[in-house]
Amino acid sequence: MSVEFGKDAGSPPAGGSSRPAEIEAIPVRHPGRWVAIVVIGVLVAMLVHGAVFAQVKRGNSTDGRFQWDIVGRFLFTRVIFEGLKVTLELTVIAMVIGVVGGVLLAIMRLSENPILSGISWIYVWFFRGTPVLVQLYFWFNISYLFPAVGGNHDTLSVGVPFGPAFTHFDPNQLITPFVAACMGLGLNEAAYMAEIVRAGLLSVDEGQTEAAQSLGMNRALIMRRVVLPQAMRVIIPPTGNETISMLKTSSLASTITVGELLLAAENIYATNYLTIPLLLVVSIQYLIITSILMVGQYYVERYYARGRVRQLPLTPWQRFKQIVTTGHAPPPAGVAVEAAVVGAGFPNQGAR
Amino acid sequence: MTTPMVRAENVHKRFGSVEVLTGVDLQVEPGEVMVIIGPSGSGKTTFLRCINHLEKINSGRLSVDGELVGYRERHDKLYELRDSEVCRKRAEIGMVFQHFNLFPHMTTLQNIIEAPIRVKKMSKPAATAIAVDLLNKVGLGEMGDRYPSQLSGGQKQRVAIARALAMQPKLMLFDEPTSALDPELVGEVLDVMKQLASDGMTMVVVTHEIGFAREVGDKLVFMDGGVVVEAGHPRDVITNPQHERTKAFLSKVL
Repeated sequence: MSVEFGKDAGSPPAGGSSRPAEIEAIPVRHPGRWVAIVVIGVLVAMLVHGAVFAQVKRGNSTDGRFQWDIVGRFLFTRVIFEGLKVTLELTVIAMVIGVVGGVLLAIMRLSENPILSGISWIYVWFFRGTPVLVQLYFWFNISYLFPAVGGNHDTLSVGVPFGPAFTHFDPNQLITPFVAACMGLGLNEAAYMAEIVRAGLLSVDEGQTEAAQSLGMNRALIMRRVVLPQAMRVIIPPTGNETISMLKTSSLASTITVGELLLAAENIYATNYLTIPLLLVVSIQYLIITSILMVGQYYVERYYARGRVRQLPLTPWQRFKQIVTTGHAPPPAGVAVEAAVVGAGFPNQGAR
Repeated sequence: MTTPMVRAENVHKRFGSVEVLTGVDLQVEPGEVMVIIGPSGSGKTTFLRCINHLEKINSGRLSVDGELVGYRERHDKLYELRDSEVCRKRAEIGMVFQHFNLFPHMTTLQNIIEAPIRVKKMSKPAATAIAVDLLNKVGLGEMGDRYPSQLSGGQKQRVAIARALAMQPKLMLFDEPTSALDPELVGEVLDVMKQLASDGMTMVVVTHEIGFAREVGDKLVFMDGGVVVEAGHPRDVITNPQHERTKAFLSKVL
């Protein structure tokens, strides 16, 4: 057999004939796709027209259906920004309470001590089993349970259990509406985070714990240095989800007079009756923050994927550069990460 | 007479109602390499895990370097050791697993220096110096900043050995260290273990590598049904097994 190498330097040294010409076949036609594009195009045009250009008659004046000019006028006003600031504070504080509480509850739940694991179970049962709105109302009305005026046993105080108190607190000063919202949202979130963290901890191969034990590491050290960092890969995606969810759930705090984004907008349209434009302002603000959070989540996930995949997926910017320089798109980023997450129960070192 | 490194007297272990060890007696002297062979389910891995208290024994006595594993004895009574004491004892015993169990979120070097820094409170430069030394010793001097997922099975196992050695153990346990490897990669791991044996390390090795047992082992133990069926010098046991069960097993693996 004669050995000929193809003219293309990159072709493998196949033992045989030279490389045949590239196949040039007529591609399959997809007329259905074109029909779909036209139909969707018409629908999109209608939607854009209806949302942006359509005029409606209200009373004796005619103006835009969604009054985008008013949306634009209120979008970046100080009052809205102040509401947004409170919304962000609520979200951050509630999520911190939720994550810390969730980690503690998950570790308690997996403890060998039946009391600890039972308390954790009851906590999750209660806080997941009652509506968060009701929980907010409870915290808001806490002074009903602990009146500011009363004997030793009626007030909020610090002291010996069932014994004398050292200091008293006025619940109306201690538990402001903002604090009530933080407690209500945070403690409720802790119940959900506990389940997420528990799933993450269970996803780590037991061989990891055994290897750490055989090196003389104690339980706390193993949790902190070996198990939790690996569980993060499973914990982060749903936690990002919870954060985005919390951003929007924090609007419930408007019902207990916390001046967050929604209440700020409500206060405005209560006086000028421009309800829909102001709700659009609120929606746009939530969308902006959600988008920022999504970008953050992408990079956090990427960080915790290290060591799991041989090559980290490209960042959007790297993908963009590659498309510009090579003219074609690389395989979608995140595929490798997702594949690794799907195989969470089977670490690539081989499961026991 | 020196204190034996490992001494097992009538060790029993059961999981629920399943009796896994039904009276193991054996002794490992300092500097000795003991190779344990036997069919799967014979309890050899369980016994190995009992030595560093990954499993609790149900009855009998098991001691390492003259001290009971997991208990303290005072006035004929046994007291369970606290977690911190168990950890301190485990830190003196190195263990290598079938599936390597490297920490995948740490680089090779971080894997090795983790325990010396956190458990032995060694300084980072000192731990790193030891780790680099060990990596060179197992032939992976260039691989310090790789992650485990970027290594071959044989390389992973050699890192795992280096990780265990970084704690400067007085005893090394190997739980089928080559069973999860491609045949081509078995040799490189066995070479490291041979080197270790010739450096005088006390080793207990559960393996199916009869060749390794013959070449490196000082003592060969054949286990079946949760007991030691036969023990002796590897050459004698392999060429002239006394028990029918040993003969049958060896005829299949040789």
